[in-house]
Parts: sequence; structure tokens; C-alpha cells
Amino acid sequence: MDLIKLVENEYLKKDIPTFKAGDTIKVYIKIKEGSKERIQQFQGVVIARRGTGAGAMFTVRKVSNGVGVERTFPLHCPSIDKIEFVRAGSVRRAKLYYLRKLRGKAARIKEGKARELTSADM
Amino acid sequence: MATGLIGKKIGMTRIFVDGKSVPCTVIELGPCVVTQVKTVEKDGYEAFQVGFGEKKEKHTTQPLIGHFKKANTTPKRKLAEFKFFDKEIKLGDTIRVEDVFAEGDIVDVSGTSKGKGFQGVVKRHGFGGIGMTSHGQHDRVRAPGSVGGSSYPSRVFKGLRMAGQTGNKKVKVINLTVLKVIPEQNVLVVSGCIPGHNNSYVRVEK
Repeated sequence: MDLIKLVENEYLKKDIPTFKAGDTIKVYIKIKEGSKERIQQFQGVVIARRGTGAGAMFTVRKVSNGVGVERTFPLHCPSIDKIEFVRAGSVRRAKLYYLRKLRGKAARIKEGKARELTSADM
Repeated sequence: MATGLIGKKIGMTRIFVDGKSVPCTVIELGPCVVTQVKTVEKDGYEAFQVGFGEKKEKHTTQPLIGHFKKANTTPKRKLAEFKFFDKEIKLGDTIRVEDVFAEGDIVDVSGTSKGKGFQGVVKRHGFGGIGMTSHGQHDRVRAPGSVGGSSYPSRVFKGLRMAGQTGNKKVKVINLTVLKVIPEQNVLVVSGCIPGHNNSYVRVEK
């Protein structure tokens, strides 16, 4: 029995939609301000996924007012309220770091095949 | 107080505590068998010896086979001695992780650190090296510098930090917090890192 998996299991989220590099997703992040908590959204293209288990991370990139913004989140971080799948993309790389050099039309990603939605995606 | 158990380092992961990611190490701790109980009358001090990890009888020396037979147990790979235990213990008893440790305990973990072989002073002692390769410098970028003056002291001081075997020695990490105890699988999760490879034997005490 894999004891590391046993320890991690409790902390893994079960309701994460399946997404990969090239997909567009919306991340709902819980933000604490003093005693109040609010939810901020961050929508963009997934440019990388790395790691497995509790250490899995993903990077989302968007262009905000002409400035590229990238945020890297731990996939199972409790401060992520939920992840929403927006659009499937079709890419030929696992890591889309080349998008950093591209602007406007060149930075578009082809629409990918519609995926079967699991219960977690609803 | 030095009670504890011996076990095996399984590996590292992270868990989320109060919304924060905490690096932690998973240890398979025990169950340990009491192989000897030392008393003041017989040994001059009080302690108990525990064994952990299975070993084949053909790989065990005759004196040790006798030692394990006395405790009515199979040969164990690793033995360790601890001084204090709050309950009465008898020869042949099994001590499990939940008997000794609870969540929130502060523990020390010792083990054999990963061997790095013969290393220079930069890796071994954190020397800075020369720090440049220009201005006529070459072939001494990671050199230790002077080890002793020529006229005074005209010798090299004892204990001067030099190159040599790095790692593969006993290291103790102190003040780790027990984040989790899983009694069914004999698992102890402590914060931070502990010495040694995965699957190496470690000693956890509190």
C-alpha cells in the first residue's frame, strides 16, 4: 500500500474538472481581507500542468489590459473555491510557454474537441 | 525524556493545514517489539530496547538469534534503545505508534544522511570559493584558500575545515511537529524533512 497516497488522499479534491494545457478555465479564488472573505475570478488559458498527488500545480495565463498575467496554483489548494471549464483548446505541446512571446492573433488557440463532461464539470 | 520508536522513512509530500501548504515527511513507524528491558540492578540504568523490520534467520548471527528468541520474536533488522516509557513494559511486548505519539507532539528524528562522497569545501562547508574567473584567476574557483601562514603559525590548526567525506553520517533534526498519526497503517507524519534516503531507518523520539 502506498503510504504517501494514503496520507495525501484526504487533502485531494474530488470535484476538479479534467483540463489540460490549451484549455481555457475560470478559477474562483477565495481571498481573505481581514475577517471578510470574498471570491475572485481568474480566467485564462492553462499553459502548464505539473506534478502529481497533493503537489500538483497548474499555470493560467491571461492578457489583462495588454499585459500578460500568469498565476500558478496548487491544484488541491483549499483557497481555490472551484475551477470552471470554459473552452477546450487544441494544442500540440504539454507546456505552452511559447505563448509568452506571442501577441494578439498569433496567440490564439484552436478550438479543441468538445469533451465528455463529467459530473464534476457541471 | 527520551521515549520513541524506530521506523522507516517513506517519503515527502505536502498537506494543507488551515489553508496553507505544509511540507511533511511520511514515516512508517513500528510496530516495534521490545527485545530487552534493562534495569538498574542488572545493567546499571533503566531502558528498553526495541526491534523493527524483518530479517531472515540465515542472515542473523547465532548470538542475536538467541537474543530474539528470549523475547519470543523473529529476527529484527534494526535495534534501538530508549530510556523512558510511561507504561509498564515487558519483554516481547509490541509498541505501536499511537502508544507513543499523538498529533501535535514535538519530536526529534535522527537517521543517516544521504552520502555525497568526497566533496570540496564549497559543498561541504559552504565556502564561497574565489568567486571570479577573470582578473587572471584560473584553476582555483572552488579552492579553500590559505590553510595556515608560513612563518606563523607555521602549521595547520586542528579541526580546520577541509574537503572530505560529506553526508552518510548520523544527523538529528530537532523540533518537528507531528501532523498526523494513522494507527491502522503505523504511519506518522511530521512537518519538514528528515535525514536519509527513502526506505532508510530513522529513530523518532520525543
